[in-house]
Amino acid sequence: MSRPAIDVSELPPLAFGHRGIVWWATMGVIAIEGAMFVLVMVTYLYLKGRSPHWPPGFFPPDLRWGTLNTIVLLASTVPNQFAKSAAEKFDLRGARFWLVVALAFALAFNIIRIFEFRTLNVWWDSNAYGSVTWTLLGLHTTHILTDFIDSCVLAGVLYFGPVKASLMVDLSENSLYWYFVVLAWLPIYALIYWAPRLA
Amino acid sequence: MSAETDQLAATWQDPPGLLGWFSAVDHKTIGIRFIVTAFGFFILGGLEAATMRLQLARPDNGLIGPDLYNQIFTMHGTTMMFLFAVPLVLAFGVYFVPLMVGARAMALPRLLAFGYWIYLFGGIFLYVMFALNIGPDQGWFSYVPLAGPEYGIGKRADVWAQLITFTEVSGLIVAICLVTTIFKLRAPGMSLNRIPLFVWSELVTSFMVIFAMPSVMIASTTLILDRLVGTHFYNPADGGDPILWQHLFWFFGHPEVYIIFLPAQGIMSMLLSTFSHRPVFGHQALMLSLTATAFIGFGVWVHHMFATGLPQLGISFFTAASIMIVIPTGVQIFCWIATLWGARIRYDTPMLYALAFFVIFIIGGLTGVMLASVPLDLQVHDTFFVVAHLHYVLIGGSVFPLLGGFHYWFPKMTGRMLSERLGKIAFALLFIGFNLTFFPQHVLGLHGMPRRVYTYPENMGWGTLNLLASTGAVTMFIALCIYLANVIISRRSGAIAGENPWDAPTLEWTTSSPPPAYNFSPLPTVTGTDPVWEHTDEVPIVVGVASECREVLVTHVMDAEPDHKKEWPEPSIWPLWTALVITGLFIGSIFTPWAVVVGAIPATFAMVGWFWPKRGQSPEALIRRLEAGDHPPLEQVL
Repeated sequence: MSRPAIDVSELPPLAFGHRGIVWWATMGVIAIEGAMFVLVMVTYLYLKGRSPHWPPGFFPPDLRWGTLNTIVLLASTVPNQFAKSAAEKFDLRGARFWLVVALAFALAFNIIRIFEFRTLNVWWDSNAYGSVTWTLLGLHTTHILTDFIDSCVLAGVLYFGPVKASLMVDLSENSLYWYFVVLAWLPIYALIYWAPRLA
Repeated sequence: MSAETDQLAATWQDPPGLLGWFSAVDHKTIGIRFIVTAFGFFILGGLEAATMRLQLARPDNGLIGPDLYNQIFTMHGTTMMFLFAVPLVLAFGVYFVPLMVGARAMALPRLLAFGYWIYLFGGIFLYVMFALNIGPDQGWFSYVPLAGPEYGIGKRADVWAQLITFTEVSGLIVAICLVTTIFKLRAPGMSLNRIPLFVWSELVTSFMVIFAMPSVMIASTTLILDRLVGTHFYNPADGGDPILWQHLFWFFGHPEVYIIFLPAQGIMSMLLSTFSHRPVFGHQALMLSLTATAFIGFGVWVHHMFATGLPQLGISFFTAASIMIVIPTGVQIFCWIATLWGARIRYDTPMLYALAFFVIFIIGGLTGVMLASVPLDLQVHDTFFVVAHLHYVLIGGSVFPLLGGFHYWFPKMTGRMLSERLGKIAFALLFIGFNLTFFPQHVLGLHGMPRRVYTYPENMGWGTLNLLASTGAVTMFIALCIYLANVIISRRSGAIAGENPWDAPTLEWTTSSPPPAYNFSPLPTVTGTDPVWEHTDEVPIVVGVASECREVLVTHVMDAEPDHKKEWPEPSIWPLWTALVITGLFIGSIFTPWAVVVGAIPATFAMVGWFWPKRGQSPEALIRRLEAGDHPPLEQVL
């Protein structure tokens, strides 16, 4: 037993951000989902490029609900950031409070999303324009919904337990994923609501 | 020392019993399951190929009719690409990457288990449907409009599209597990430039999976939407475009080829280095070549679409990009030749497979350069010339190294050697049979014999070469039977292997065969690319990682310095339940879109069951402790 050794017994049991495992898993999912968003957006542009008129034969989607929802989504980053920094300070009480506030924003967003679908002014089976518009909005809604449910579960755990300190890492990366969903929305919003108007 | 290993074994062992079997999360257990399942599908895909060769053995043959033939060539392609090749190359990574980087476990083990179940259920689903005569029949690329609602009647095209969903979910999950493991769980000292080439190839491949597979997911999902709820993505009458399908499919489909091919190149580097007993020449040049191949691989998809009437300028660009691939591939080949140059080579069976790669892959690569030029491509489009090319590339470039790799690593996985005698007989027959099967197909293609046609008239004069090819297929069949027999016999009664039977340089050979549940004790560190050969008693070990709980050392991305220790997830049955529920959802959605809505409810419950912590303290108690200042790094998070 004379071999030299590196003693790691004093190392901490968790780490935030890119030092941690959960961050990398989250980034992997973000890369995959980001690629999907990009591909559907490219599909949108491809179909648009092949059509002499855009939107072909329909009024563009109403601006009102989509724009309102963009504002709600951007505003939701504030409670998410508070939740994230509280988690990174191991302030469990503050973290779960801000998580619930962020959930309220996400809920509002999902409700307004229903009105967005109703004022697209086209059906998915009307033509290819309608198909890709609905798919784009539907794909984003799937992400919002799943992250909403995911955050509800996390909030449930933080209020009812059992809990471990490592949950703070999960909470921090949960906010990271939410930022991705928010950022992904901006080009999608531009395509769905403005591409038909500027064409 | 032995008390500690006993403790480690107790901590890391998968639980006993049937429930434990279904709850397993050990990457070696999951890796073996992946490998065995993938070879199972290889046998099925091979039998389909053999059936086609029997049908084509003579002109005007009536062994199987056109409808079954369509199903069989679709099943063969789909099986080999989605259920054999991709899962197998990733499966070797699942088993060996943690061992080769000196980690105690794989990252995200429950997710990994879920990925396996989804893959298994997807494969079973495909074959049940095939048995019910609902097997896909439109080719493994499933072109519209043939696969669309107008011509693809029945549920066959939906079965194909949903199989894609199963396999891609599984592949993407494994890719995330591999990337995270390779970036965060390497032994101290294993900086990025010291990563073994096989591990590097798995890393590059995982990134390709992450960016390519979403494309086919979008393609197959929009296809199902067209078929199920009346969208018009691929319907030109309402603003859609069938060529869009080809873009989406091949933006995935060409990287797919490299997804299959790059890990095999990683295996090549390992085999050549071990059996010439010297570090591989140009370690970093090889790393860069793998990476460059991956990047260029995303820019060549249109060469599958030369016959679609795309603009000339665009086609020229894709010709140039396709030919550019020979630069990194050439660098690799020359590095390997330099590795072998003047070395005292041991011609054990794995090395024979590696050497066969040179012959077969280079022929396939040369016909690839030919096909990259548009005039020749148009001439032989959809003929057996393409069939010959792709089998030379895929079997020579991937299956031969994979079979060699399996031979090489079998002692590590089982503790026993495969028989060299049976191994060499199988290799020789396979090499002869392969060339006998596929070389004549170049000539048949140049003579104009089309692919995917169930028979041909006698006066075309293709009978002799086809009979030759079918004879070759029988030879391959016999060779693979011998290979399989070797595995079964040696599994029971092969020579005991010991830790490092080949005197190989990488870390997986420093632990026992088969490795214990905890992989290593003590945990290693490394000082170079070939740790076993460079090993001295001066190389330090890692101490201070707990043995009474599942604690794993996490290191920095670049230089793998120790960073923190994280407690790993316990075995769990929930990945299985979740996979079952998701399987129901996927299959149901072939028949009604409401299956997605209804299936989402049990899926949510399963995932909540999966994620809800089973141990810990009450939130109020934790808050009190945290507020008293007792928080990490001081707290032991138990």
